[in-house]
Amino acid sequence: MNITTLRLLLLLVLASFSFTAHAVPEIIHWQTDKGLRVYFEKARELPMLDIRLVFDAGSARDGKNPGLASLTSGQIFHGTDKMDLITIAERFDDVGAEYSAGSLRDMAWVRLRSLTRPKSLDQALDTFLSVLSGPSFPEKDFRRAQKQALIGLQAEEQSPSSIATKTFFKAIYGDHPYGSSPSGTPESVRSIKRRDLVDFYQQYYVAANAILVIVGDVDEAQARQISRRVDQALKLGKKAPAIPDVPELKEAQRIRVPFPSEQAHIFIGQPGMLRGDEDYFPLYVGNHILGGSGFTSRLVKDVRVDRGLAYSVYSYFLPMRVKGPFMAGLQTRVDQTDEAIDIVFDAIRTYRNEGPTKQELKSSKKNITGGFPLRVASNSDLVDYLGVIGFYELSLNYLDDFTAQVEAVTIESIREAWQRRINPEHMVTVIVGGEEE
Amino acid sequence: MYLFKPVLVFSLCLLAWPLWAQENPVHSFQLENGMRVIVKEDHRSPVAISMVWYGVGSSYESGGITGISHVLEHMMFKGTERYPAGEFSAIIAENGGQENAFTSYDFTAYYQYLAADRLETSFKLEADRMRHLTIPEKEFLKEVEVVKEERRLRTEDNPTSLTYEQFLATAWLNSPYHNPVIGWMTDLDSLTVEDLKSWYQKWYAPNNAILVVVGDVQPKQVFRLAKRYFGELQADGIASVKPQKETRQRGERRIKVKAPAELPHLMIGYKAPVVGQVDEEWEPYALEVLASLMAGGDTSLLQRELVRGQEIASAVDADYSAFRRMKTLFTVDGIPAAGHDVAELEQAIEKQLQKLRTQPVDQKELDRIKAGVIAGEIYQRDSVQHQAIIIGMLETLGLGWKTMDEYADRINAVTARQVQKVAKKYLVDDRKTIAILDPQPIDPANPPSKFSGELRK
Repeated sequence: MNITTLRLLLLLVLASFSFTAHAVPEIIHWQTDKGLRVYFEKARELPMLDIRLVFDAGSARDGKNPGLASLTSGQIFHGTDKMDLITIAERFDDVGAEYSAGSLRDMAWVRLRSLTRPKSLDQALDTFLSVLSGPSFPEKDFRRAQKQALIGLQAEEQSPSSIATKTFFKAIYGDHPYGSSPSGTPESVRSIKRRDLVDFYQQYYVAANAILVIVGDVDEAQARQISRRVDQALKLGKKAPAIPDVPELKEAQRIRVPFPSEQAHIFIGQPGMLRGDEDYFPLYVGNHILGGSGFTSRLVKDVRVDRGLAYSVYSYFLPMRVKGPFMAGLQTRVDQTDEAIDIVFDAIRTYRNEGPTKQELKSSKKNITGGFPLRVASNSDLVDYLGVIGFYELSLNYLDDFTAQVEAVTIESIREAWQRRINPEHMVTVIVGGEEE
Repeated sequence: MYLFKPVLVFSLCLLAWPLWAQENPVHSFQLENGMRVIVKEDHRSPVAISMVWYGVGSSYESGGITGISHVLEHMMFKGTERYPAGEFSAIIAENGGQENAFTSYDFTAYYQYLAADRLETSFKLEADRMRHLTIPEKEFLKEVEVVKEERRLRTEDNPTSLTYEQFLATAWLNSPYHNPVIGWMTDLDSLTVEDLKSWYQKWYAPNNAILVVVGDVQPKQVFRLAKRYFGELQADGIASVKPQKETRQRGERRIKVKAPAELPHLMIGYKAPVVGQVDEEWEPYALEVLASLMAGGDTSLLQRELVRGQEIASAVDADYSAFRRMKTLFTVDGIPAAGHDVAELEQAIEKQLQKLRTQPVDQKELDRIKAGVIAGEIYQRDSVQHQAIIIGMLETLGLGWKTMDEYADRINAVTARQVQKVAKKYLVDDRKTIAILDPQPIDPANPPSKFSGELRK
């Protein structure tokens, strides 16, 4: 019970993304001339502003070049025609602005945080927009980043949890765009050229393929002005094509990757659900009880509290553009591997057959609805949730309806949805650690 | 890029501090039993964080029982007479709260993050477990296994952590920072429930605890509630901890750590002073500035020279915290770029250090660091958790929350000459320890136990 668990909980909060109506702040929404969708939330207490642009430019768009989305996002701030990496960094640092870019499977983002006093904000915003309108991806910086990406891949090879994650995604998604690792392979990273980054940026980092989040100490007129400037910095472009649906798994599969570790890292799961899924609430609330609520979940009780088999054990749905994974995970001493796997499968099967108890459901609903204010308490929280609402095109009323939707979940609806959507007989089990089977 | 910060698990990055604006002052109060209560109002959202900090952590432990403070932290969730094992977490969850705890070298802290109107629930439960923990043997025997799994996860199977642990054990001979927070595996193996009970008796009392609340609360009401729940607890004798002042280092120390890994890793540490325990009060602040100049972002010296300029390092970092109970380490660590080895990286770092010792840094770079600290003060106010952690840590260290009022001024007062002076005075061979992770083939037939001396069960 310490910091790592806390991080895990935060991750789950982000993944599960739940709200109730009573503390939902008003989201102001508009579109710019080029159709860029803007989500603005006024937060005037602190003299600072957050801007986040989210693009449909994650590793699902890598195509034949696994690692391309990640390399591209990593080098956006490395130069423009007029400024090199150092000049860009100094212009932000001089006014205390924070900036970064990143990517996952679905999305890629660039973000800026600045003080709102004019001297700081003007310089930070000017720099940010210059970069957005034309990153130059200098050849020298590209070659260095490519080498660093290869070192990063080596680092993943010494981490059993990284190996397990890659193996798990490959096993449940196969050749689907979610199947390859966002960091690519040594072969793919070596074969990527600077030109690929330029093309990737031109194709995906465009207004038609983006949403803009603004949170902080500006009024609506200022926010609209900022959105116009972002609009002008971006090319119109096209929306990225739809990502193919995820096929169901046809049979159970157990994959053992030998590794010289004391623990086995175990992932069990299958394709789960998408953002805006019709079964979202029974699956989400249901999982909260099974393995999503930390210390009070069934998996923690069965694996950790009752038997002392693992430090960290959980399950979650990661809703994505198309079906993201449903996954249960833990790490345990190698000789306890089979015992732990049996317990997790038992827990999933029992839960799928019987659903939660009345008391469990009541407690979980209280936790989810009662904890709502925590999830939107800070500007950072607001930026995260506006990003998800915008990117996945969830309805603005979604939040207002949320409590009612959580309250409407019943034992029966959980059981019904889980039996239809979750199939322990066709799950993938990945074990990294111990010897060949 | 993957950057390996070896100081991951139990350290908190403190360069950016909340600014204590007048409209949101800090209120403090002491109960009759000696417990202190610190409240900071933040009315942006209807939430609050409540933390209880105890003046005990791994640096209070002696050989044979290392890791006991952290195991006790786990046991704090295992029930009292009034609320048996599991009840605490269940009640907080039903109230929509999030809870957890963390242990470090110098303190142990517990928190609940919840809607501000649920604060009373948190106080009721925390006060109860401060003096009425049952520590059942049955629960202990299971939980210590959980902690061993935690150690395997964090340390045994992570070559960087494994190296870092041995690096610290080499740098500190008799200082308690020699021991890992999570404890040595053989000490965890031999802990008993009696050890835990006596550790709890020894350190957990209101006069060794500090309550910190940050959020949408009224100080008067928090004090009233604190008095009601914590005020009834009995004060107790708290042992004084032995000084264990580190013996003088006499020359550079150097070790190699073999572990299954892909990448070598170089760690360099210099013994350095901390706030409150140094003649020249500005020195720790100059060291914080120095660490930022060396590795605080794209414009920093080591990024510019070693990662981008010479391309000798694939990743490099510098780390120092001015706020510890005892003397600490100023660390520099890195991974060589492909085609270079640790020896070249070490030489290249030494060359940069030599520059810092012999020439004052550019004023513009210094100004950039200061701009970052000032902005960071505003940004950090976005998080009530962060604000509570800084207050709790400073109070537990005996420095007082007011130390943070001075922080920006202290950093702003640091001159280029002072940065050069601390580099020259502290980043010297006779204070230096070097550890090198020497990667061994990742061979399933050769588990880490072969290298670390632990038996695989």
